[in-house]
Amino acid sequence: MAIFIETVLSGLMAGVMYALVALGFVLIFKASGIFNFAQGVMCLFAALTFAGIMEKTSVPWPIAFVLTVAVMVGVAWAVERFVLRHLVNQEPIILFMATIGLAYVLEGVGDIIWGSDVKVINIGLPSGAVDVLLDNFDIYLDKLEVFAALIAAVLVGFLAVFFQKTRIGRALRAVADDHQAALSVGISLQTIWVIVWSVAGFVALVAGIMWGAKSGVQFSLSLIALKALPVLILGGFTSIPGAIVGGLIIGVGEKLAEIYVGPMVGGAIENWFAYMLALAFLLFRPQGLFGEKIIERV
Amino acid sequence: MKLKHLTAGLAALAIASPIAATTASAYELTIPSLVYRTGPYAPGGIPFANGYADYFKLIQERDGGINGATINFIECETAYNTQQGVECYENTKGQGQSKALIYQPLSTGITYQIIPKAAVDEIPIFTMGYGRTSAANGTVFPWIFNFPGTYWDAASGMVNYAAAIEGGADKLAGKTIALVYHNSAYGKEPIRTLEELSKKYGFKLEQLPVDHPGQEQKATWLQIRRMNPDWVLMWGWGVMNQVAVKEAASIRYPMDRFIGNWWAGSEQDVLPAGAGANGYLSATFHAPGASFPLHQEILETLYDKNMGAGERGRVGEVLYNRGLIAAVWTVEAIRKAMEIKGSNEIIGADVREGLEALDVTEERLAELGLPNFTYPVKITCAVHSDPGTVLIQQWDASGGVWKVVASGIEPDRDVIAPLIEEDSAAYAAENNITPRDCN
Repeated sequence: MAIFIETVLSGLMAGVMYALVALGFVLIFKASGIFNFAQGVMCLFAALTFAGIMEKTSVPWPIAFVLTVAVMVGVAWAVERFVLRHLVNQEPIILFMATIGLAYVLEGVGDIIWGSDVKVINIGLPSGAVDVLLDNFDIYLDKLEVFAALIAAVLVGFLAVFFQKTRIGRALRAVADDHQAALSVGISLQTIWVIVWSVAGFVALVAGIMWGAKSGVQFSLSLIALKALPVLILGGFTSIPGAIVGGLIIGVGEKLAEIYVGPMVGGAIENWFAYMLALAFLLFRPQGLFGEKIIERV
Repeated sequence: MKLKHLTAGLAALAIASPIAATTASAYELTIPSLVYRTGPYAPGGIPFANGYADYFKLIQERDGGINGATINFIECETAYNTQQGVECYENTKGQGQSKALIYQPLSTGITYQIIPKAAVDEIPIFTMGYGRTSAANGTVFPWIFNFPGTYWDAASGMVNYAAAIEGGADKLAGKTIALVYHNSAYGKEPIRTLEELSKKYGFKLEQLPVDHPGQEQKATWLQIRRMNPDWVLMWGWGVMNQVAVKEAASIRYPMDRFIGNWWAGSEQDVLPAGAGANGYLSATFHAPGASFPLHQEILETLYDKNMGAGERGRVGEVLYNRGLIAAVWTVEAIRKAMEIKGSNEIIGADVREGLEALDVTEERLAELGLPNFTYPVKITCAVHSDPGTVLIQQWDASGGVWKVVASGIEPDRDVIAPLIEEDSAAYAAENNITPRDCN
């Protein structure tokens, strides 16, 4: 029983880590209808900038954090100014392809500025097992992941309030529904896009720091986007709660599969199992668990 | 007056031209270097590439080349991508007077792709401690060299180290050894050998594959926590290593029972885990550190003049030293090829001759500035991997250094030799190769 509990708890915590990455995708898709292929690279770029600033300037981490947020706002402005502004009302596939290009640019710029070496994030984040659980109940849980879960909860709360209760949040949703209509009622598309990409950059920074604390900040960090995709498929591309619940389901599902089914089929099944699980959900809810149902007139 | 000067100048130039041409036409040795300084595996690729490049640069700067022939060193970026690696091979193989003399593909995937090409192009491939293990059989793979040890040597050496710590090979009976491996051709290489060794010594082998890239390994380490193996061996690369070391520390697995292979034992692999990585072990075949005369020479000749390939403080890192020793053996093979041919105008086929006559003794290593750095190597027509002896190094987190804790660990040749024979025979049969006679 302890194994099962441990697996489920670890799955939930891993799921939160996936959800952190998925949140960035949801934000941009929700506000602009763009599937941002560069979100994984944004996590890398943000974490790389954060770790790089600390390494090169030896400033305390809160200052490095603020500076990195400023850099991500700068990235958001540049994306709007040089990419999105020229692609208003284009097909979604065009915007998607633009984000593929953006991913390459960010990766290359990150490499040129900060180099390709592994950077250690040493800001006093908790690590190791939760001692109380391990010593008293023989259940292993990673302190870092528990901390990440708390951070994710705070982030989701902040985003929920931002989207539901603020003028900018409502404007973001209006832009997501229809660019032209939003423009016609006086919403500045440019400003909204800069804001939403900035918020997504902030989320990418948090996700990048959490993942970077696990493995060191390195270029494979951009591949964590692969972990977010099944979460998005399952939770829906437009729902913040969907990203969280999707992350938890994927996290628990893949861990249980790896531990209980994996040994029977040679192991290493968690990656593809996550996609299988997401596809199974798609059969019944094509828009994802929490996604908005799309009704189009033909 | 001006015209007179111009005419005189042109005349002087015309006379000087043949001399200039002669100087410029000194025989050029093309040494392509397939590197990955970008992409997810760059943290491992950069120090190796720097060590490899620095040695060739040193030879060029200090000696003016190899026996009077200048070095045309060409780096090509593969990003550890097999397709890009093959493109690099195709683009560089015909360059320069000598054409490509030797390749170090730095990837098992690229190696598998260019093994058949090398035989046609007659260019030796030096897969130092990686690639296809059975390429050690020179009768079937005349163009492939994988000294000083294969993955099977490493696997056996790691098991033998565990046996020594347990108090003897007989003490392994009933023990459990878990293999955590990258779920790829590279990661699966040691399985066959470990299966044979488990039969021989009576230990239980548990196999735990980790999918690329290995950023998330929670389920793997939960299984290890539950099975509580006596030893964990790891065949990892890139981020998989860093995450594994951190997870092992996190579940409180004793780090002095956790051994990575020689591609899972660099500074980059242990630093992210901080103090938790203390005591982690890895196999290797050369010493760590920059305390050798050759390193000092590199620092003075290159880094003091801002000519080094990397950062000064990283000279002597594990993977830097690996690139360095790869270059040292390559240059020694080229020297031997020139000696055999009696000329410095060699081509790839000559370098293969040089490799098959390579005999780098401890005395020669000392002359080169690397005393007690690695084991002597003696290659022949039939034996392309020697000596297979393994070192074990341990990470000291407080000092931030690797320390050699066991040396001279011999692999189980009685197990490995028949496996090499069997696998290379199967390859020969599949590819209609008639093994050459080396007697």
